[in-house]
Amino acid sequence: MAEILTKSRARNIFYGGSLFFVVVFIGLTINSHRYVVNVSTAGMPLTPAVALGKHVWERHSCINCHTLHGEGAYFAPELGNVMTRWGVLDDPQTAYEVLDGWMAAQPSGIEGRRQMPHFTITDEEMRGLAEFLRWADQTDTQGWPPTDAG
Amino acid sequence: MKYQSQKVALAYFLVAMGLFGIQVLGGLLAGWIYVSPNTLSTVLPFNIIRMIHTNALIVWLLLGFFGAAYYLVPEESEREIWSVKLAYLQLAILVIGTLGAVGSYLVGIHGGREFLEQPLWVKFGILVAAVIFLVNISLTVLAGRKTAITNVLLTGLWLLALLWIFSFINPDNLSLDKMYWWFIVHLWVEGTWELVMAAILAFLMLKLTGVDREVIEKWLYVIVATALFSGILGTGHHFYWIGLPSYWQWTGSIFSAFEVVPFFGMMSFAFIMVWKGRRNHPNKAALLWALGSATVAFFGAGVWGFLHTFHGVNFYTHGTQITAAHGHLSFYGAYVAMNLAIITYAMPQLRQRAPYNQVMNMISFWLMTGGMAFMTFVLTFAGTIQTHMQRVVGQNYMDVQDQLVLFYLMRFGAGIAVVLGALLFIYSQLVVRRELIAPASSGPVAEDAA
Repeated sequence: MAEILTKSRARNIFYGGSLFFVVVFIGLTINSHRYVVNVSTAGMPLTPAVALGKHVWERHSCINCHTLHGEGAYFAPELGNVMTRWGVLDDPQTAYEVLDGWMAAQPSGIEGRRQMPHFTITDEEMRGLAEFLRWADQTDTQGWPPTDAG
Repeated sequence: MKYQSQKVALAYFLVAMGLFGIQVLGGLLAGWIYVSPNTLSTVLPFNIIRMIHTNALIVWLLLGFFGAAYYLVPEESEREIWSVKLAYLQLAILVIGTLGAVGSYLVGIHGGREFLEQPLWVKFGILVAAVIFLVNISLTVLAGRKTAITNVLLTGLWLLALLWIFSFINPDNLSLDKMYWWFIVHLWVEGTWELVMAAILAFLMLKLTGVDREVIEKWLYVIVATALFSGILGTGHHFYWIGLPSYWQWTGSIFSAFEVVPFFGMMSFAFIMVWKGRRNHPNKAALLWALGSATVAFFGAGVWGFLHTFHGVNFYTHGTQITAAHGHLSFYGAYVAMNLAIITYAMPQLRQRAPYNQVMNMISFWLMTGGMAFMTFVLTFAGTIQTHMQRVVGQNYMDVQDQLVLFYLMRFGAGIAVVLGALLFIYSQLVVRRELIAPASSGPVAEDAA
């Protein structure tokens, strides 16, 4: 083995092979980018309200308790399908009202129960957040999650 | 210490160990909140604590890598670092950025992409610091002897910094955001960081075992080749359920299944080198950390990653405590332990003393490793129950969580062991007193090794 696989051969395999995989990866990335824009997230337009909602989601760092499409912290429920769970996926007004009511009731203060902080969010931002969660919910996630429990 | 400028590493290691302390204490607090959820809930919510826990980890690991590079590059390149001043400037920028980030988090100013919560100015600071580092190290390497260790180390660090660019790209489209986010998160820890880890491991093996450089460097290239061949397309295992095409399911499954190979390679490499090597280096603790790191990385990153990497399994386990179990053991084994290995190796030489307090350091290894292993087991059990109850039966998230309290209690206990181990480690490095147990005869070989 020592004669066949010399150090310089091993080095060349490393650099050459890696370059090959990088090129393949970039190609697949371009394809995936197009697929996201044209297919998997095309079910609902990405309106300014959705974009606003995403900024609200980020400003309050919801991801460090909740998961979204299964990614984030594992301290609080999955929110990628929360609108389905609430049965308001196709009803923007009720989606907003339920979300607003839920957020207003936090923190619950119940002893021994995980606490969600109180967030100061304007009406417009709350509507945006509801739209963002509806938008995320309609993304084609290959059938995930397996149950509505998220 | 052969070169004066290696001393720079000491400052990096000290800051890294300080942040390590903050990281584990933050983790302990977060673990306690799982047990007693009302703790601090209105003052310091869970999301902020977790942010500090993860960010402190990432920054101290990077500081450790930078320190390791400043320590080993002069020895490899056989010359002083190009600019010591720049190295300290880089550290100052990183310290200011870290303090600024933690301060911002405590008053509620942060971004919302997981692990990338740093305010924009801090992100720029990190970029500037990274560029200073790369220029400094590259100029040192280019002027001196080029070895496989510095080649691989630099390749890893350059790519790592390049990928940081994606921290500035945050599309409004959530699925695109997630895809590019993984360009940092996955391609760091399952790509470029592995290069850095393997390079540090190779350096340690070279010094600790005395095996021929040719042999070590060939191993190194083979290991990092398997790391990138599996890891780049292995990114696909994060692309199953976030709105990306279905071909990632088999691409990700196949390639990420091979991600266990580089970790198996590193473990085998470490043990074979120690077996082959004849050098009896006095720093036994460094050897323990190096072997321990390679072994725990194999289990944490390799085996625990393999456990849920196939898309058919991941469909059910994605985003449960299984992920948390894997995350904890893989980061600990691969990156925490390897950093502690190079710190353990370098500290006696940076402080120009014999490797004191080896016993205390080794106790800290077993405390931390035992604690992390136990934590991983209980989280894996918790995750298995969660997967079944929530993903198969379809019970509500919180109803399931309420049934996992016992596991979270045990996890907290494991966390205490880890924190004690970490504090003991820091103590053993910083507070030099006397040798606890008289060293075995180390003789002239040891002199040569140091």
